[in-house]
Amino acid sequence: MTAFPGGRAASIPLMGNEVEPTIFELSVSGRSAYQLRTTGVPATALADLVPAEHLSASPVALAEVNERDLVGHFTRLSHRQFSVDLGAYPLGSCTMKYNPKFCDAVANDPGWNSVHPGVPAALCQGWLELMTMLEAQLCQVTGMAAATLQPSAGAAGELTGLLLMRAYHSANGDPRKRILIPDSAHGTNPASVTLGGYEVTTIPSNDRGLVDLDAVRAALGPDVAGIMLTNPNTVGLFEEEIVEIAAAIHSVGGLLYYDGANLNAILGAVRPGDMGFDVVHMNLHKTFATPHGGGGPGAGPVAVSARLVDFLPGPKAARAADGSFEWVTPPKSIGRVHGWHGNSLVLARALAYINVHGGDGLTRVAQHAVLNANWLRRRLRDTLPAAYDRPCMHEVVLTATQLKADTGVRGLDVAKALLEEGFHSPTVYFPLIVDEALMFEPTETESLQTLEALAVSIEKIVSLASSDPDRLHIAPQTTPVSRVDEARAARNLISTEDAAQR
Amino acid sequence: MLEFLGLDSIDQLFAHIPASVRLCAGLDMAPGMSEPDVAAVFAELTSRNRGQLATLTCYAGAGAYDHEVPPVVRALGSRSEFVTAYTPYQPEVAQGILQAVFEYQTMVSRLAGLPIANASIYDGATSLVEAVNMAGGATGRQRMLISAGVHPHWRAVVKTFAFGTGHDIVEVPLVNGVTDWASVDATDAACVVSAYPNFLGVLEDLSVAKAVAVNAGALFVVAGDPVAASVLKTAGAWGADVYVGEGQPFGTALSFGGPYLGLFACSEAQIRRLPGRIVGETLDSNGRRSFVTTLRAREQDIRREKATSNICSNQTLMAVTAAIQLGYLGTQGLAEVATRCAQGAHYLFDQLTAIPGVSALHDQPFFREFALRLAKPADLALAALADEGILGGLSLKGLAGDTDPSVEGATSSIVLIAVTERRTREELDRYATALRKVLS
Repeated sequence: MTAFPGGRAASIPLMGNEVEPTIFELSVSGRSAYQLRTTGVPATALADLVPAEHLSASPVALAEVNERDLVGHFTRLSHRQFSVDLGAYPLGSCTMKYNPKFCDAVANDPGWNSVHPGVPAALCQGWLELMTMLEAQLCQVTGMAAATLQPSAGAAGELTGLLLMRAYHSANGDPRKRILIPDSAHGTNPASVTLGGYEVTTIPSNDRGLVDLDAVRAALGPDVAGIMLTNPNTVGLFEEEIVEIAAAIHSVGGLLYYDGANLNAILGAVRPGDMGFDVVHMNLHKTFATPHGGGGPGAGPVAVSARLVDFLPGPKAARAADGSFEWVTPPKSIGRVHGWHGNSLVLARALAYINVHGGDGLTRVAQHAVLNANWLRRRLRDTLPAAYDRPCMHEVVLTATQLKADTGVRGLDVAKALLEEGFHSPTVYFPLIVDEALMFEPTETESLQTLEALAVSIEKIVSLASSDPDRLHIAPQTTPVSRVDEARAARNLISTEDAAQR
Repeated sequence: MLEFLGLDSIDQLFAHIPASVRLCAGLDMAPGMSEPDVAAVFAELTSRNRGQLATLTCYAGAGAYDHEVPPVVRALGSRSEFVTAYTPYQPEVAQGILQAVFEYQTMVSRLAGLPIANASIYDGATSLVEAVNMAGGATGRQRMLISAGVHPHWRAVVKTFAFGTGHDIVEVPLVNGVTDWASVDATDAACVVSAYPNFLGVLEDLSVAKAVAVNAGALFVVAGDPVAASVLKTAGAWGADVYVGEGQPFGTALSFGGPYLGLFACSEAQIRRLPGRIVGETLDSNGRRSFVTTLRAREQDIRREKATSNICSNQTLMAVTAAIQLGYLGTQGLAEVATRCAQGAHYLFDQLTAIPGVSALHDQPFFREFALRLAKPADLALAALADEGILGGLSLKGLAGDTDPSVEGATSSIVLIAVTERRTREELDRYATALRKVLS
């Protein structure tokens, strides 16, 4: 392969490796950047407007910098930050694909982003129609009957879904007690279950990395409210016995919850609704390519089967008899789960992405994501083996168990060394059921040339593990900082400039 | 690539999906469109968003305000290094976001007057849910006393999530705009929640609520306007254990309600129950100052079902933007914005209450927002103002329904009006003229 990889960031030059001062350290008393509109409003003293007992003696102190220093500071900070736009980000489970800039333009359009959320329906007909369009598309993709767009992120969607399950069971006379969760599940699942008022029953995985069907059947009872599954699961494998699992759960009146973290793997191939799921949350920031913003915002709409529709959060956008759009609250709604209507601009981005791709394009998204993961799995078979070496879906979990036994180099060392190669690390030590796990999700947006460069870098690191393991134990050294002392941060918490000054 | 895998077709990669559930005919959706074609569809949709700022002068508030977001803040906040990064799991290549969040935490901590601030929550309403859950954990109690001066949507969200936790949510009514704490028995309360200013704009004397909390052994939670916080007594100064707020005013557009920014700060005593992420300062292996997410042992991916919160993704980009906007404004700038909001609101209040058919809801001190009773249904008056190019505020009925414990009697004639630093005297006078016409 002769072409240069387009997703490798090792060419980034460094101007040095000094620390960047905080904005408070850059602050010089009396400096400012701000300019405000000339209003002509009488400049009455605050003390004449507000009773003295409410006023502080002096304004809260912030940093004082001019515009040039403000721009220099945050631009330098941005240069100390890896991102998808810079290079491949094969962080398993997180779906860090490239996000089309067209969707940014949608979010930056004042026609969308300058609308106050409290305006009457007559003043936001475009927004309401967009929400009904997105709901319809998400229902089509998942095979469900209706959806709420309010939840702000995947975990918010999970808790919303669990409350919907609780409302459904309560309406049938008994909220029930337990939710089944595989031991490979994301940590948000059990945390959400607790907040939903349920207890977790953990289901072990079998030796193929899948949910143990017999264990599911053994755990069943009239107190089981349902099961939460990720499919493909967090090991990147499709739960092949999903039809049998669904039948078993439904046989005791339980419901199936689909954690949509990996929905991007099955677009156009199979739908949660057809597999028997009753509740589905989607991470729009993963599957429908809204950028992740360094940890949010996301959006976590929840779609449901017909029997749960009446319980959905409200108000939600709907088409009225006269063709206009209005807010409607479902008859048995669990209530609001967001202060307004959800992360609306993320919703607009996602609809733009869906419209550009269409049904055919979304199907190709999944196909190429799965193809890329399998190519990487096969390419690295003799370097770092997959924990379960058979066709995977959109991500593959490799294991460094043998490497560690042979050289003392751990999965974490490999992940850190990859940073020096200009790639982001994979997810390490998750899922918990795989020893020395390195979870790679190349996504559909990285080219074959980039995947090959990634594979070559991993080969180089594994080779170095034998020849110079100490070099890997201290990697990375070419990054803005080297390995950080996490224990020190936790032991002596310094989470503000003021704590640092003490 | 297929050849390398020994496959004939890409379908073979999906062969292990049971045939009985495979989607053979593909998705029943329209084919893909070009970006310009989708742009045309979206342009038609936005043409029917009559409520955008290009056509209406904004007096709507209730937590979402039309503040100036200057080009420099938009330029820095939209840098793709910030926009297209993930959660900073690898601190060696995430110092940019980690340090910006550290600076954000410092600013929120100072505005709250409390030592600990987290890295953000989804929105103000969710911050309040997390505060309530924190109080439940801290006290082992279930009873949550929440002033009806807290935004009605926030109260609604708290009630929704109480369905799972089993918390007993008690709304404490307002009398003449001020929370009637004497009307409830605070015994066994886990928390006492006040809004400052409350959502009708009133500055309540928080020492009353604080005393209720102290007597009951409950946490005192203050939901506060973060702009007003620049010049008002901080939540910490009023004795709050927890501060929550809606951070949209710090550089985020109105955005039809999201993504916004949930502010959260608390006392040192509550740190082990802090929801979400927190960034801490440390050293790297070469002794250089660096930043990392810390106290991770509280979080869902480690504690699983024993975690105090399920939050994973938050609103980091909005937090980074807030740090940039507050960096731009600085000490004097934020105080000036807050002061101008108050000046504009009081000027408009005087102009509007001089109009026949308009009366103040109550005679209480306010900051940048106030409630009026009109001699006409608020929805009709606001619709008529919209025809004059004025988004004249929000109807209480639209926010809270036909009745609400924040007011006695029907909500239908009450309008909530906010003023920001962007409103000129000419605009404020034009509002008064238009309302006079609408009510005549």
